[in-house]
Amino acid sequence: MRPGVYEVEMGIPMRKFINETCGGLKAGKILKAVVPGGSSMPVLTAQEVEEVNLDYEAIASKGSLLGSGGMIVIDEDTCMVWALENLARFYSHESCGQCSPCREGTGWAYKVLKRMVHFDCTAEDIELVLDIGKKMAGKTICVLADSLAMPIASYIGKFRAEFESHVRKDCVRCQKRMEASH
Amino acid sequence: MSTPLAKVTIDGKELEVPAGTNLIEAAKKAGSAIPHYCYHEKLSIAGNCRICLVDIEKTPKLSIACNTKVTDGMVVHTNNQKVLEARQSVLEFILVNHPIDCPVCDQAGECKLQDYYMKHDLKASRMKEEKVHKDKAIALGPNVMLDQERCILCSRCIRFCKEIAEEDQLCFSERGNHNELTVYPGKKLDNPYAMNTIDICPVGALTSKDFRFKQRVWFLKEVDSVCPGCATGCNIKISHNKGVAYRLLPRQNEAVNETWMCDGGRFTFKPTNAENRLRHPMVRSEGALKVVRQEKAIEDIAKVLAAVPVSSILGIASAQFTNESNFAFWKFLKEVGVTDFYYQALEVSNPSQDDYLIHPDKNPNRAGVEALGLKALVEDKRYQLIFILGDLPSARLQKILLDRQRTVVVFSSHEGEGVELADIVLPVPTWVEENGTFTNKQKRVQRILPAFSAPAENKSVWEWTSLLAKACKKEKPVYQQINEVMADLSETIPDFKGVNPDKVGNQGFVLMS
Ligand code: SF4
Ligand code: SF4
Ligand code: SF4
Ligand code: FES
Repeated sequence: MRPGVYEVEMGIPMRKFINETCGGLKAGKILKAVVPGGSSMPVLTAQEVEEVNLDYEAIASKGSLLGSGGMIVIDEDTCMVWALENLARFYSHESCGQCSPCREGTGWAYKVLKRMVHFDCTAEDIELVLDIGKKMAGKTICVLADSLAMPIASYIGKFRAEFESHVRKDCVRCQKRMEASH
Repeated sequence: MSTPLAKVTIDGKELEVPAGTNLIEAAKKAGSAIPHYCYHEKLSIAGNCRICLVDIEKTPKLSIACNTKVTDGMVVHTNNQKVLEARQSVLEFILVNHPIDCPVCDQAGECKLQDYYMKHDLKASRMKEEKVHKDKAIALGPNVMLDQERCILCSRCIRFCKEIAEEDQLCFSERGNHNELTVYPGKKLDNPYAMNTIDICPVGALTSKDFRFKQRVWFLKEVDSVCPGCATGCNIKISHNKGVAYRLLPRQNEAVNETWMCDGGRFTFKPTNAENRLRHPMVRSEGALKVVRQEKAIEDIAKVLAAVPVSSILGIASAQFTNESNFAFWKFLKEVGVTDFYYQALEVSNPSQDDYLIHPDKNPNRAGVEALGLKALVEDKRYQLIFILGDLPSARLQKILLDRQRTVVVFSSHEGEGVELADIVLPVPTWVEENGTFTNKQKRVQRILPAFSAPAENKSVWEWTSLLAKACKKEKPVYQQINEVMADLSETIPDFKGVNPDKVGNQGFVLMS
């Protein structure tokens, strides 16, 4: 409820930081996920959030990083496919375009995810996006490609069911949002 | 001090290379070809295409070979599973937005995207989305066309302009997959070396305005030659098919032109295909040149040679003709007693020139005719009988001819002013059809080979002079083939001592003096 810039001592429980320091989620909302260290960092599930303290080691033990410290808290109303598409749009637009894997990989992933958000996809597209991420990671001059590859792997890895709901075309959140925007 | 060597193991092969050699070059020596797009041995490293990724032991991630310098003890794998997968994925990425216009693309058949796809990818496209569209058929300058969709953004052309031509004309604009090659606002790709970008472009993004759509490259045959455009003598290849020359490409010679040539030189083959070629011997009768049998032309020359005192005969060699043509011409006239010789050269006012390749002397063989001991033409005396290699401007010719009873014999490949004044014309090949050597400004004797034979009755100068020698009852100089002319030249003219086809090879041989 209170987004802002906070300085807290290392090691306090993440859940405590979110609930007390930052005032918690909107009333009645359930936590779904947290991106702990900037948009490029692997995402944590609500369960993982319960288990970690705000220190490097704890977050690393869940496969993510404290990174820039820019924390994104996601509640149940956000579709993870849509969230990932949003990131892909950002990173494909940010790509300077000099190295082939990043220039083409971020743009391609964005196009496929955009299709997925609009329910125009098959189960193969989930694998395709994963593969694009895997194939551009670690192959470029700077880490921009990895910055999208990490969310791709973790969003799909940890929230695969939401991607599958797009294949089945039954993600209520996205249906509603689309209806609202029409 | 020589560079220290570094021991490196590439694909299991141990070798020593100078420390600091990049991995692409080191691997070449080890017999492993690492694919590359942006890397070019003559340009700075860009490291943007990422196709050259290799696996270096003790390095967690794959490394790009082009930007990795060999260090002692390095162990490199260029073909393991990890590398092959990376290569395949980079290719897939590069093809994501590629139009694949191969059926209408000039590059097809000599395209590194096609080649590497066949070798390292061969997978069906997984791209179902609409590709990014960009502009096609953009004239970047007078000689070069761009297809932005085919461009794989390797930046070789940009670096070439900046680093070799030293004229910064190209750049990328936009970002991400909208990134595209363009000229700087208000600029054109018009530097005198611009067409080299076509050669180094690994795909069909840059094409030659002149060559576009004329031939599929797999129909073309190639022969080694030397550009006759100036005294530099850039080493080239002539691409040709069925008796027509289509384009010239630079051929590597580190001592002469490295891997480049100028745009002007690219068009020096054009006269070969021109309409005004001479095809048959001609003799003037009743005021006009008429085609005659070759025997008649030879007889007429022998007759006039016998009738005119040698002191009134002049031979004019040419800095546009080969060493062998000039030598045979000179030697024949010398045998029949002629003592007065000059050479003519193409004179250009305000010639193009720079401090790189483009030389102000627009003759390929001035050093050669001068090594024969000939001097540039001076109009100081009038002659009754003049033999000329090539077309001499009529104003100059008029100044050295007697008013009456005069005869002009011209060896020429084309119609022209001098030919109009001639009494006997013998048709000869152009440089594209000729076999022989030119001597460049460094006194480097360089071989030109014929792409195809000259039309109709055209013969090399040494063939005509062999026929003339026989008609004049001389035993010399009579040659059966070009190597005999070269051998005679090397024996007769001290400067050419040691010149033979093997020594000249395809990189030339520098004269002693
Ligand atoms: S650049 Fe190569 S792959 Fe692309 S259209 Fe031309 S030939 Fe085909
Ligand atoms: S036009 Fe060719 S050389 Fe230039 S950047 Fe594109 S692919 Fe590379
Ligand atoms: S520099 Fe001279 S020899 Fe070289 S390509 Fe140009 S005209 Fe030909
Ligand atoms: S050749 Fe090494 S990155 Fe392009």
